[in-house]
Amino acid sequence: MSKLLLKVENLETYYGKVAALRGISFEVHEGQIVTLLGSNGAGKSTTLKTISGLIPSAAGTVTFCGEDITRKPAHDIVKRGLVQLPEGRHIFKDHTVLENLELGSYTLKDEAERKRRMESVFERFPILATRRKQLGGTLSGGEQQMLAIGRGLMSSPKLLLMDEPSMGIAPLIVRDITEIIKNLHKEGTTILLVEQNAKMALGLADYGYVMDTGSIVLEGRGSDLRRDEKVVKAYLGD
Amino acid sequence: MFTIWELILQQTVNGLILGSFYALVALGYSMVYGIIKLLNFAHGDIFMVGAFVCFASFGVVSAALPGWPGIVISIVIAMIIAGIVGYLTQRFAYRPLIKAAAPRLSLLITAIGVSLIIYNAVMVITSSRTYFFQSGIEAAPLFQAGMFRLTDIQVILLTISASLMAGLTLMIKKTMVGKAMRAIALDRDTCRLMGINVNKIIGVTFFIGSALAAIASGMYNILYVNVSFSMGYMFGIKAFTAAVIGGIGSIPGAMLGGLLLGLLEAIGTQFVGSQWKDVFAFGLLIVILIFRPNGLMGKTEIERM
Repeated sequence: MSKLLLKVENLETYYGKVAALRGISFEVHEGQIVTLLGSNGAGKSTTLKTISGLIPSAAGTVTFCGEDITRKPAHDIVKRGLVQLPEGRHIFKDHTVLENLELGSYTLKDEAERKRRMESVFERFPILATRRKQLGGTLSGGEQQMLAIGRGLMSSPKLLLMDEPSMGIAPLIVRDITEIIKNLHKEGTTILLVEQNAKMALGLADYGYVMDTGSIVLEGRGSDLRRDEKVVKAYLGD
Repeated sequence: MFTIWELILQQTVNGLILGSFYALVALGYSMVYGIIKLLNFAHGDIFMVGAFVCFASFGVVSAALPGWPGIVISIVIAMIIAGIVGYLTQRFAYRPLIKAAAPRLSLLITAIGVSLIIYNAVMVITSSRTYFFQSGIEAAPLFQAGMFRLTDIQVILLTISASLMAGLTLMIKKTMVGKAMRAIALDRDTCRLMGINVNKIIGVTFFIGSALAAIASGMYNILYVNVSFSMGYMFGIKAFTAAVIGGIGSIPGAMLGGLLLGLLEAIGTQFVGSQWKDVFAFGLLIVILIFRPNGLMGKTEIERM
């Protein structure tokens, strides 16, 4: 088995007195796509936000590349190569495409390297290159998602956390997003994918965990989960 | 007939200078509001602290370096000290509240408290006295036409103010810190996910805003001489008004609002008398707000309270 990149152990998170995560444990290995599935309110987004340091955890540990990052501030976690793309894209609407990408590499001091990374984002998403001077808010949903992914790639992540990349995107564009994730995977990027679109997620994932009300209730290889009766019934519909 | 235009021209210059001081202080209100949605009531007191530090520094420095060199050094010291005081208010009064996701009213009350603390502390330290800033600089007229006189001091002060505003605009537009400031104003959590140390940038914002207020107060000292613990109160309210008129949160708006308020006051002094100038200026500002409720450069946004 390949190198262990992320290890989450007994992670607990509370919103006030309400438990949002009730001690979940899972792993992500280098080069994998791992998905967290579950219905609304299962705790998927909370899991990502706790890992990336946006929400403090109450108990448990998060280990990334062998280091305990549980209590580290969010901006410090990004520097280590663990990068979360926020749910709903969260493009800076009044910033140009160029500025959005620059901010993605905020922790980088090397200007030449910043240029190089930007060129590679433009190569991957040529549409962004043609819109580089445009304000983020003027882009279409699909373009914004590309910008959000590009912005995340600007910090050259070792592990990319994606929170519902298909949310609010036209079905036709969801296919493009799927292709983008496949390509990232092929290039060796490790991805932790949170999706309500279970069909899409299981089509991509090497391994999956199913969450329900703050706990992991099922796990397995992507291909196995796709055939699992309970998963099919609960998440894959017809 | 010529004199009236000369007078208007004269008051325009006076108004632009006073207005540029308002603008520099208004920038601090606007930047802080933009980034953490706080009406920083203590900002007028930071202006006053700047004036006192400049006054005290000049008292020491002027023996060796009289005139402009001494004033420049005193203003730089005032910038640094006021910047640090501004940073500390943020670090110890506002940041803990923001971290606890306190409601905006609590932040506002805290700002009033910080204002009172600074105000009273300086009052005690300075024994409630009014001091006189004697710059020892004589104004030399550069240009004279009838009633209109343009002096070297006026030109120097206007040039400094204009360069500061241009510099700040460039910084906000072009540097990474500036881009991060604008981004934090819109979406703090996403900034954290980009690796931006949000607290640090907020601290930098307070430092810059406070330093700008200190420069304004140093220049204000040269023209208006009186230095007292209460000087920041009315000045702060006016600068805050300027920020709102310009559209709070907007950098060019703060500049425009400040200049406009200064001009209105100067013109008002000329035509309705100095005891009515505030009534005149604020009356017109209310009219502006009726037609542009979000301020001149402000964006229409739905306030969440």
